[in-house]
Amino acid sequence: MNPALRQRLTSPRGLVTTAGALVLLALVVLGPMIWGDRATTTAVADRLAGPGAGHLFGTDELGRDILARTLVATRTSVLIALGATAISVLGGVLLGLAATVLPRPVRRLLAGLIDILLAFPWLLLALFFSAIWGAGTVSAMLAVGFAGIPTFARLGHTLAASVMGRDYIRAAQISGLGPVSIVARHVVPNILPPLTVNATVMAASALLSFAGLSFLGLGVQPPSYDWGRLFQEGFARIYVNPVAALGPGLAIVLTCLVFTQLGELYNQSGRRPSIVRRKAGAPPATQDGGPVAQIEDLHVAFPDASGRLVERVRGVSFSIQAGETIGIVGESGSGKSVTSMALAGLLDPTASVTARTLTFRGIDMTAPLTRTSRGVLGTELAMVFQDPLTSLNPSLTVGRQLTEVAQVHGGASRAQARDRAVTALTSVGIPEPERRVKQLPHELSGGMRQRVMIGMGLMARPKLLLADEPTTALDVTVQRQVLSVLRRTQRRSGAAILLVSHDIALISGFCDRILVMRNGEVVETLAAADLHEARHPYTRALIACVPDMTSDRSRPLPVIGDELPEEVPS
Amino acid sequence: MSTLEFTGLHVRYGHGRRAHLAVNDVHLQVPSGTTVGLVGESGSGKSSVAAAAVGLVPSTGSITLDGAEITRQTRRRVQMVFQDPFSALDPRMAVGASIAEATRATGRRWSSAARRQRVGELMERVHIDPSRAGELPWQFSGGQRQRITIARALAAEPAVLIADEITSALDASVQGVVLNLIRELQAELHLTVLFISHNLAVVRYVSDSLYVMRRGRVVESGATDTVLGAPKDPYTAELLASIPVLGQEFRLEDN
Repeated sequence: MNPALRQRLTSPRGLVTTAGALVLLALVVLGPMIWGDRATTTAVADRLAGPGAGHLFGTDELGRDILARTLVATRTSVLIALGATAISVLGGVLLGLAATVLPRPVRRLLAGLIDILLAFPWLLLALFFSAIWGAGTVSAMLAVGFAGIPTFARLGHTLAASVMGRDYIRAAQISGLGPVSIVARHVVPNILPPLTVNATVMAASALLSFAGLSFLGLGVQPPSYDWGRLFQEGFARIYVNPVAALGPGLAIVLTCLVFTQLGELYNQSGRRPSIVRRKAGAPPATQDGGPVAQIEDLHVAFPDASGRLVERVRGVSFSIQAGETIGIVGESGSGKSVTSMALAGLLDPTASVTARTLTFRGIDMTAPLTRTSRGVLGTELAMVFQDPLTSLNPSLTVGRQLTEVAQVHGGASRAQARDRAVTALTSVGIPEPERRVKQLPHELSGGMRQRVMIGMGLMARPKLLLADEPTTALDVTVQRQVLSVLRRTQRRSGAAILLVSHDIALISGFCDRILVMRNGEVVETLAAADLHEARHPYTRALIACVPDMTSDRSRPLPVIGDELPEEVPS
Repeated sequence: MSTLEFTGLHVRYGHGRRAHLAVNDVHLQVPSGTTVGLVGESGSGKSSVAAAAVGLVPSTGSITLDGAEITRQTRRRVQMVFQDPFSALDPRMAVGASIAEATRATGRRWSSAARRQRVGELMERVHIDPSRAGELPWQFSGGQRQRITIARALAAEPAVLIADEITSALDASVQGVVLNLIRELQAELHLTVLFISHNLAVVRYVSDSLYVMRRGRVVESGATDTVLGAPKDPYTAELLASIPVLGQEFRLEDN
């Protein structure tokens, strides 16, 4: 058994859920054998008795023991709930998968059918089935089961469609696998976990549906009985003997809980520990002449899947002077992005950040921010991320997003803000800015969006532009345009730039000073002009292992030591 | 080994007025036993050429393998390695099973022992310990995963291998390992490779000849050294000027 699963099973919640499931299983198997007689024995003398020593839940109008009947009804109730769930899941998934792999016209038709079915109320469907097959256990099960099919069809379709877009499906297609094998081998295993969780929720709601159906007289018919039926019978006398109704009701609620908790247990990801942000050292006073940002002995740790803290940045120190261009270069997992995010105060709340000093314009970034310091950050710190499509709000126009900063922090009026937005777009080289401000982010190209991000920084008066892999998603010619805009912006505003990239050639060509990071540490700091005199073997290897336009094509590329195992993002 | 040739290839996405011509009249030849580089920016149509070759997108024009028009059967002799090693392996399938699955493309029947032995050979070929065949993709690093996808492509015994941006998602140090592997396979197996990338330096390093694409058309082609040494097309020249060179101040646009 894998350790994560064992940990989940031995947690208090896991133990209670497992115990509940076992009790339920025992009742389904053994209940009718043990209490079967007692549940059907009529005793007219004892009829309609209240709860007492002999009958814990009291008796019904034929003098049968309600507790025994509740226990015996477990089998019917649980089995029809599971039966209905099986119908929904199997039917739904088959329909959903068919809607994913069949030829296009059929696929569209099926997807449309699923949408129509989804809009159909399930109770109406149940009434419809009862009319066809007559009220009874089987027709109730079929009704609830069929009624659940559209939901699972939609879910299965959506999940399968996302798996079908993956490259490993394409690879299987290229190897000549047919649609059926692809579905069986690749699609089903990958959509199973979310489906299982939803199936447990479905089982719980099916149980409730049967209670509802019995209440309407459409469910299980006498002499058979399930919890819903018992509940209905007990409800008639709720003022005389409340336990007669509450007992079966409680059974329904507890069983629903066991079902959903089983799903939860299956799905649960590692628990996140609570992290306390500590700060060390006193912040220096705000001053204009000093460095824009100062970092001393920065440590950042993140909890891993089992909740242990893993240190990703280990004792990084540097400072950024006004107007300076600094580059951090390193491979994935080196801590370069985490360092820049820590400086901007943008790390996930689970991160533990400690530093002797971590200040931007004298604001201590390890302490909670005051209103004033928030204002300073909003106007003086600008960020440009790798993927401008995710860092811009897709549903707001470019203009709205540009003017936000000026309106919130700058106190500008709407018209003023709009004028400034147009000016900002002009200065980052966007043609027809009046038209562009009215467009949504997806209507712009990648390079345009990145210029908008830079323009957004310009709306305020930035002292520092933090650019984290700003051109990695862009083509080389567009990269050159965006970097040109960045440089022009810097000249105009006098802002310092912290450029984070994996491309050492790019960093060396754009920055004054370079920090080389590896495994959370700065291994070397040097002026860009001195790069060819790098001392540290890692820096030298990093330079040598990348092919450039003069690499010797007859020799293999030098390789950096052993391949470092990467941290797997969860 | 075989020659892959595209003649008058067109790839069109969408219908009617919204149709977009991604590949427009491309003529391209990958001679047997050589590596041909295909460079271009995003949207230039280079990946569509690859997708057309393996039949992932419909195309018009002719694609021939050894002079014969490619069919459903012969198409399996063209295999592809994808850009993102995280998306290219089924997260719930052992890597050995993924490689074994691709042996189906050979069209022969494999006994389970022979298949297991073949998977072991292929894993050794790409320098991954064969005893790890039962492990799942997440237990490998990005570079190792990319090598596994290369092993999977080789399992199909391809006549032509198409590598579509296979190093773009990798770190610099790992990129070197994968490029060295491609060169090694090329030398030992005399593979015919169509190597697609936006990175000129990477393409230059592995390719004998080169095609430059822009907006669906081939703008320049020829021997790698000739094209890069004396580019005739202004776009190729612009591409060359846009590449940052280590230790040289980046030539930005006129400020």
